[in-house]
Amino acid sequence: MSRINDTFSELQSRGQMAFMPFVTAGDPDMAATLALIRELAERGVDLIEVGFPYSDPIADGPVIQASYTRALEKGLHVNDIFEGVGSLKGENIPPLVAMVSYAIIFRIGIDAFLARAKESGFSGLIVPDLPGDEAADFAAAVKKHELDLIQLVSPLTPPERVERILSAASGFVYCISVAGTTGVRNELPAELQDQLEWLKTKTDLPLAVGFGVSRPDQVESLRAVADGIIVGSAIVRQLEPPAETSAAVTQVGEFAAEMLTATRNN
Amino acid sequence: MTSIDTASTAASSHVPDASGRFGDFGRRFVPETLMHALEELTAAYEQAKNDDAFQAELSDLLKNYVGRPSPLYFAQRLTEHCGGAQIYLKREDLNHTGAHKINNTIGQALLTLRMGKKRVIAETGAGQHGVATATACARFGMECVVFMGEEDIRRQRLNVFNMKTMGAEVRPVTSGSRTLRDAVNEAMRDWMASVGDTHYIIGSVVGPHPFPMMVRDFQAVIGNETREQILESAGCLPNEIIACVGGGSNSAGMFYPFVEDAEVKLTGVEAGGRSSDSGEHAATITYGGPGVLHGSYSYVLQDDDGQTLDVHSISAGLDYPGVGPEHAYWKDTGRVQYTPITDSEALDAFQKMATLEGILPAIESSHAIAQVLKTARKRDPNDIVVVCLSGRGDKDVNEVARLLGREI
Repeated sequence: MSRINDTFSELQSRGQMAFMPFVTAGDPDMAATLALIRELAERGVDLIEVGFPYSDPIADGPVIQASYTRALEKGLHVNDIFEGVGSLKGENIPPLVAMVSYAIIFRIGIDAFLARAKESGFSGLIVPDLPGDEAADFAAAVKKHELDLIQLVSPLTPPERVERILSAASGFVYCISVAGTTGVRNELPAELQDQLEWLKTKTDLPLAVGFGVSRPDQVESLRAVADGIIVGSAIVRQLEPPAETSAAVTQVGEFAAEMLTATRNN
Repeated sequence: MTSIDTASTAASSHVPDASGRFGDFGRRFVPETLMHALEELTAAYEQAKNDDAFQAELSDLLKNYVGRPSPLYFAQRLTEHCGGAQIYLKREDLNHTGAHKINNTIGQALLTLRMGKKRVIAETGAGQHGVATATACARFGMECVVFMGEEDIRRQRLNVFNMKTMGAEVRPVTSGSRTLRDAVNEAMRDWMASVGDTHYIIGSVVGPHPFPMMVRDFQAVIGNETREQILESAGCLPNEIIACVGGGSNSAGMFYPFVEDAEVKLTGVEAGGRSSDSGEHAATITYGGPGVLHGSYSYVLQDDDGQTLDVHSISAGLDYPGVGPEHAYWKDTGRVQYTPITDSEALDAFQKMATLEGILPAIESSHAIAQVLKTARKRDPNDIVVVCLSGRGDKDVNEVARLLGREI
């Protein structure tokens, strides 16, 4: 059993949903990112996604894009992320999942990247530009390194594609709520419920909803059909300049506490 | 997939396979949200390609609207100046809108209608593909949004005006480097949210499958005509064909019909910029390596972390850190030779072409001319070299005047 599996089975046994915040590594610097991860861990979040800044993130909306640009302009390297995250070892930190472009993984080398990710303490990966069709060999490599490969399903994914995607998935399934990029949205589409219900009949993996989720009141509508929610842009924008790091960290912590109250409320 | 063992095999024209592979290159590295649309597009294109009615409509438009076939012109004074091979120019600059780009946009616009989509998006750098897309959309009455870097909008005001005049919306891109690469990113992001009613007309042989194949096929009219024309005028195939390579659409369309004619040397000319230092050129195959960018696996200019590098070229149309996957395949099989031409060599070729032939070539195409200026004299006078003159140079005169220190 992986740490991600353990986390979800424990929550499921208590009838609770997972809250999974996303942070951009290196925005404004790695020290701030580590402070943010510690704050979120202390608040009791269930899993943390760590975004690896990439120069051409086509799945991301303006908020996360801009945070990637800021981090890269300051000279952040992949090695800095692994070193920073690796320094958290021994602390009480929930499972960490790397959100990383295949462009980065391929360039560094699949085995080299996965070995480094494992050694730094990551539990799994989300590779938003590696669709299920191209993922078979990569999924085998991920498994060999004892990491989970989280696969994405979009509202536009037809049923026969879903089955192929699920065959390479582990950890949980990342259900994209809307066709489009990451970012805060007021409403979640009505069809989302139906798709989640249908997905439940196809897999035992937990279902987590991301893209467009940003408020505690959105949690309620998903409680019956989803096992977790992912929030990115609403957190990342707290760190936009001229934000002061320690104030931003506290603010994100308070936001996490509200979201946790909503996900724990059963 | 880290190993590439196409090097020992000869290049085939029977590529890509069903998953979009040119050897190991190509494929689809895009968010799941786009995958179904790409599958639908592949199916729609396959059907259209094999439909006589579609092909007849396309041929009619290419003839009567675009003005094809474009001439294959024997450049007598250029030939005399070089003192070697006979030089022919494939005159894509004489097409409607002044470049080869329209061959592709008319084809994809027809496909858009066939798929029942009402809205078209496109990216553009210098604006040539944007103008060709706006033109096709006006011709078929479709809504058109062109993504263009803020920096390029400032530099290419004439093309921006033309696009708007034809009813297109030009949407400024302010993210990242504010140039072509970011315009592609923004167009892809728009497409993620609009894919139900929108088709993305990519302007080059880049992006996820089926785009590299489809754009090559629409541009192959260049090579197919050239073959017919040179056989008619010279009675044999040329010894060499030269074309410039940015993303690589005019060169792919020119080379593809000759891939299996081993006796025809194929030369792709990249933007060598100011120097071979990183950030000073856009010669992706010459100085880059295999990697993933904008949905496909090809040669790219990246740092050791996989982050895309800044590029530079005198030519906005070649100023791109990637290249089509079929070019990567041709490079690794050895079928096409790729070589860089510097900014100053291209500028010199622009001027020579003007004074020797009375033709103002696009600064992109000037890179191909510069290559023939360098090499034609080493050839036998019986040899034939064809150069793809991919576009006309009106759009570049302000930039050329600035670089030469002249006033317009």
